[in-house]
Amino acid sequence: MSDQTTTERARPEPIKAVPVRHPGRWVTIAILAVLAAMFVHLLVTNDNFRWSFIFLSYEDGKRGVMFTGPVLEGLRGTILLTITSMAIGIGLGVILAVMRLSPNRILSSVAFLYTWFFRAVPRLVLAILFGNLNILWSRVGFGLPFDKQIGDLFGIDNFNGQFYSIRAVDLLAGFVAGMLALGLSEAAYMAEIVRAGLQSVDQGQTEAAVALGMSRFQVLRRIVLPQAMRVIVPPTGNETIAMVKDTSLVAYVPVAGELWFQLNAVSARTFVVFPVLVAALIWYLIICTVLMIGQFFLERHYGKGYGATGRARQRLRDIEVEQGGRITTTGEGT
Amino acid sequence: MSDVMVRAENVHKSFGSLEVLKGIDLEVRAGEVCCVLGPSGSGKSTFLRCVNHLEKINAGRIFVDGDLMGYRERGGKLHELGERDVAKQRRSIGMVFQRFNLFPHMTVLQNVMEAPCRVKRESKADVRDRAVALLDRVGLGAKTESYPGQLSGGQQQRVAIARALAMRPKLMLFDEPTSALDPELVGEVLDVMKDLARDGMTMVVVTHEIGFAREVGDKLIFMDGGVVVEQGAPREVIANPQHERTRAFLSKVL
Ligand SMILES: Nc1ncnc2c1ncn2[C@@H]1O[C@H](COP(=O)(O)OP(=O)(O)OP(=O)(O)O)[C@@H](O)[C@H]1O
Ligand SMILES: [Mg+2]
Repeated sequence: MSDQTTTERARPEPIKAVPVRHPGRWVTIAILAVLAAMFVHLLVTNDNFRWSFIFLSYEDGKRGVMFTGPVLEGLRGTILLTITSMAIGIGLGVILAVMRLSPNRILSSVAFLYTWFFRAVPRLVLAILFGNLNILWSRVGFGLPFDKQIGDLFGIDNFNGQFYSIRAVDLLAGFVAGMLALGLSEAAYMAEIVRAGLQSVDQGQTEAAVALGMSRFQVLRRIVLPQAMRVIVPPTGNETIAMVKDTSLVAYVPVAGELWFQLNAVSARTFVVFPVLVAALIWYLIICTVLMIGQFFLERHYGKGYGATGRARQRLRDIEVEQGGRITTTGEGT
Repeated sequence: MSDVMVRAENVHKSFGSLEVLKGIDLEVRAGEVCCVLGPSGSGKSTFLRCVNHLEKINAGRIFVDGDLMGYRERGGKLHELGERDVAKQRRSIGMVFQRFNLFPHMTVLQNVMEAPCRVKRESKADVRDRAVALLDRVGLGAKTESYPGQLSGGQQQRVAIARALAMRPKLMLFDEPTSALDPELVGEVLDVMKDLARDGMTMVVVTHEIGFAREVGDKLIFMDGGVVVEQGAPREVIANPQHERTRAFLSKVL
């Protein structure tokens, strides 16, 4: 022993021990395997699923229902609607959250009222409401409020204070109505998510940034928001995935260029119900999978500089440099 | 450049009904190191935050390098400065916090480069060279690509000092820069500050490090209950405090 310590200390033998057995886990796995086999059996042996109707051809000379022209158009509409309404939701949500946290009472009350209203109204009702707004107004425009009334007051007939206006049916029919209904409703939820995120950032961060001479906007944009994103991204992922499915509500606006509407149309024409439902389910699964992958990368991006893994990786790199050698690690990190 | 870097005249500050500063008068000349001592709650941090207008004062005046902080005096009337003008005044005042407050989502180098690039809009290449030189100076040349979370407290505080220096301030404010550190890390931060003082930086340092005050300080202020109880040359005040409260405080920290 003693002569060992004088020279370089030998590395001990790696531990070779019999690992602890977990019989319970294996039983669970066996049961799950049987259940999975039963499920697959169910899917492939029951002809009523009509897989060829879904994937190959639903009528003579036509592709499977998942891949026909109108359904693909509908898919495009669904994706577009998700993106645009989430863009409105997130953009407006950030503004509302900042207003809500403003020391100005009026700004914060307006943000509060907005959130209160749009969280209280069901999206389906909102969608139908927006689809029918052209009953109330024939034209939608932008200009002085109460222009006619003010004109009357001063004895001017038909005083027009509108800078810009278009026919309501053009604007509020279909897609735009659906997009606004979903986006405005989403903004109320996003406002709360963003507010929670902004409040999670330490006050000292703002103080340090302001002391460096940064403007309030720069502090928000460069310091507070990026840190808040760590808290904001996961629930926003939830919201986006929920939105993909909520786009089916705009079928009631009505909007035709949307996945659910199109699949329903096929179902109504061919009197085939179940396979069409399965086709819808598969498309929604695919979209949501893609979104979850995107969320993973977003979370990794905004997780930079945080967490034990980053720290451990840095240590490993330091040791590597010190030893001038290489330590193999499983899994590549940023 | 005027000879007096900081001049506080009869500064009052209240939070609601709690009066924290009750008439502070202070003068720090360019190149001086002024150490501020005092028991907890005596208003040291508050005063420091008033100097760069992180807090609005209720009465009195604070001048930094001849500029009235936070206001413009015109025709015998005070006008509050807008956000942009206040930010401009703050650029030339560096501040170092007890809890470092580095930006955790940025690397060390990005932390140091952020303000010169965004606030002063200097060219990135210049700022990078300067930032690397500053980090070398505080002994962290090898850590430029690390994140703050990967550094020890002492290293983080040295980055914070480099970050403040990157704006080329004419005045540095330190609020208990070593109070959150393990004892063996205090020395490395104080060394950086001594180095700064030797270079002629004007500094106002709130600290409980009596040794630092005695060695580096040109002036020592003892605050209690929102007023300056005693001030003078550090060695004299520490060796021979005139006031009972100063004596009681020093006997506790020495
Ligand atoms: N934002 C604030 N709102 C209300 N009261 C405050 C605020 N900031 C400070 N105070 C109060 O002002 C008093 C002085 O605080 P300050 O932080 O300046 O003391 P300090 O001398 O720095 O003490 P310490 O040595 O503990 O840091 C304390 O009583 C504190 O509670
Ligand atoms: Mg303090």
